Amino acid sequence: MSESARQDTPEQAEFRQFCRQWLQANKPAAPNVRLPLSPLEIMTEPQMTYLQAWQKSAYDAGLVGCDYPVSVGGGGRTDCQRVANDEMIRARTPFMPNVIGLGMAAPTVFYHGQEALKEKLLPRLFSGEDIWCQGFSEPGAGSDLASVQTFAERKGDKWVINGHKVWTSLAHFAEWMILLLRTDKSHKYEGLSYFVVPIRSALGKGVTVRPLIKITGETGFNEVIFEELEVDDSFRLDELGKGWQVAMTTLLHERGAGELQTPRSGGMKSSATHATNTANLIDLARNTVRNGRPAADDPLLRDRMMQLVIREQGLAQNQRRSRVSALQDHPLRLQLQNKLLASEISQDTAALAVEVEGASASLYLGDENAPAGGQWPMAYMNSYGMTIAAGTSEVQRNILGERVLGMAKSK
Amino acid sequence: MLKDAARKFFTEHFPTDKLHHMVASDTNPERMSSAAWDSELWQQMVDLGWTSLAVPESAGGIGMPLVAVAGLIEELGRAAFPSPLLPTLNATYVLAACGGGGDAALAEIAEGKTASLAITNRQGSWDIADTDVQCAQGKLRGTAWFVQEARKVDRLLVSAQTSSGQGLYWVAVDAPGVTVAPDAIVDLTRDQAHITFEDVAAEEVDSDGLAVLAKAMPAIWTLLAADITGAAEWQLQTTVEYASTRQQFEHPLGYFQAVKHPLVDVMIMIDQCKSLLYNAACAYDTEPARAAETAHMAKASASETAAFASSRSVQYHGGIGFTWECFVHLYFKRQKHSQLLWGDAAWHRAQLADLLIGVVD
Repeated sequence: MSESARQDTPEQAEFRQFCRQWLQANKPAAPNVRLPLSPLEIMTEPQMTYLQAWQKSAYDAGLVGCDYPVSVGGGGRTDCQRVANDEMIRARTPFMPNVIGLGMAAPTVFYHGQEALKEKLLPRLFSGEDIWCQGFSEPGAGSDLASVQTFAERKGDKWVINGHKVWTSLAHFAEWMILLLRTDKSHKYEGLSYFVVPIRSALGKGVTVRPLIKITGETGFNEVIFEELEVDDSFRLDELGKGWQVAMTTLLHERGAGELQTPRSGGMKSSATHATNTANLIDLARNTVRNGRPAADDPLLRDRMMQLVIREQGLAQNQRRSRVSALQDHPLRLQLQNKLLASEISQDTAALAVEVEGASASLYLGDENAPAGGQWPMAYMNSYGMTIAAGTSEVQRNILGERVLGMAKSK
Repeated sequence: MLKDAARKFFTEHFPTDKLHHMVASDTNPERMSSAAWDSELWQQMVDLGWTSLAVPESAGGIGMPLVAVAGLIEELGRAAFPSPLLPTLNATYVLAACGGGGDAALAEIAEGKTASLAITNRQGSWDIADTDVQCAQGKLRGTAWFVQEARKVDRLLVSAQTSSGQGLYWVAVDAPGVTVAPDAIVDLTRDQAHITFEDVAAEEVDSDGLAVLAKAMPAIWTLLAADITGAAEWQLQTTVEYASTRQQFEHPLGYFQAVKHPLVDVMIMIDQCKSLLYNAACAYDTEPARAAETAHMAKASASETAAFASSRSVQYHGGIGFTWECFVHLYFKRQKHSQLLWGDAAWHRAQLADLLIGVVD
């Protein structure tokens, strides 16, 4: 029995049993399309169709939105999402495509939206029928998020929105966006408000979605331009001028430190998937010849690989320890490290793999002689998306230093 | 819970100013180590049963899992408490790994006797096969080096070469022929000695010392990692507190990211280390096949944490951190000692690489 199963409440134990049986019978077959490494990199309709079908079946079975009230399409259970997550990850199901919806939009709408809005939006969010995206960053507002300039002007009981959002993953599939914007230009923080706005149904009618090309040459995210988009006041979350507080709910859940557990699923291996982890790094070193011997024999490379193995295991064990309250010093201390550690470890792993490849690391995806199909240099470049997005590593260290260690706020 | 009880015990009875007063009264750099400690407080710890926690129930002890004992040692490290607890626990794990031959010695520990490992050679080798002591016809000859808390313990567990391999022997410190020569060491919170054996009659507890030590070392590395983790948390909190009160350029030091971010990195290293050591303790208790691998990770991580937390604690205290009167030096010195005891980070990573990648021929 797993460690978490041993601490199950009666409700959780029964639900775990149910999840396990359901997954045994209903885990989807491997897709006949190549799956991307993460939901944020879903590019094609066939990928999206396969993954949406999986999310829908998991939702219909009760494995998604378990802890939300029944009235908004949830399961009405207590602390059961983590159980479903355990079991889905154990069963190596595919990941769910509506990650921004599940991880960020759902808790934000739930805590700050009006009842009718929740009833309208959340069921189709949980089922994955409506994909969500997030409109936070702008060309002039990155780490300093509160400086966003996208503006909503009041017109009766409507709002008219103009502005420019960037780095918007999944916007090309999205029905809805959570949108941080400005309703008052005279106050930086108190001038912010928070809306949900339609994307797909407004394309060509005030909304334009254009792909941005990443450092790797792939597309993956978008810019979204609002020109005179008219939305109803009922799409506003919380009070006017409370946008910053609402955004904090979003960010807390994005960093895995929110009240509500995010539905999590994953682990299904795709044939062309090449994970950035130390097991693959060590494999690479075993199969790379350096000075006539395997690179894995080189004592300096061995030491550096072991440093990464230890950090990777440290992160995994942080997650295990975060479930034992007696071994915590501060409730958010481990949770707020997750994104920072995961992104930096994976970046350093890819960087070392590129070094291990040596001259062959110059060969990219289109070269038949590229080791591992050129995926390590690509993973290395892609890793900067992780250390920049969702709060740069520098911002993460500010948050940890201020919220966990209590040091003075940096400007 | 034992860890909470220990935290309370040390906070109530052993504040840092008491420690400083006890061990740092002599500032002479050429002093001999004082080996000062609070033996009354120690007696309370013995009465609480802390020295027999790891002794198996079959030998009259409590038989507590390593994961619980590690929690106690984390608190011991946080208090930088000078005592023979850690070496006694180390000896306990080695004796418990002997197939029954260690039971009489374990019974002595359960009754309150203290002990230390005498298994290291002149070069301070971390390889368990290296010892400068020999045993012939039941008599020990040679010198064991870097013996921890030698002046605070009653018994020694000695590793010695024999005609057929390497054996382990249980010897009283005051037995005829045993000479304890204290080392003058940097760490004020511990003492250390080299111990010479001249035809000392010794009781063999196991004739296959290598197998026994190989089994027990993961527990020893894990407990030292716990001591380091607790001490590093003290260093972090003390330095954060200073960075929150000391003002320069009209701001507290912690306002500046050149100070704030490395302190966050200290916290991250402590958390990695703590998670890895509890993982290692769980493996020792329930998954012995993974005990060595997980403990190498824990001690490698701990050694790096000790070095970095110490370095930042002195640096960010600035001028005052460079003085004898500021308490950070006590932990700086304890951590430097711990960092290099029973294997440094690079050594543990090399062992780990041999396990995970394979030995290079």
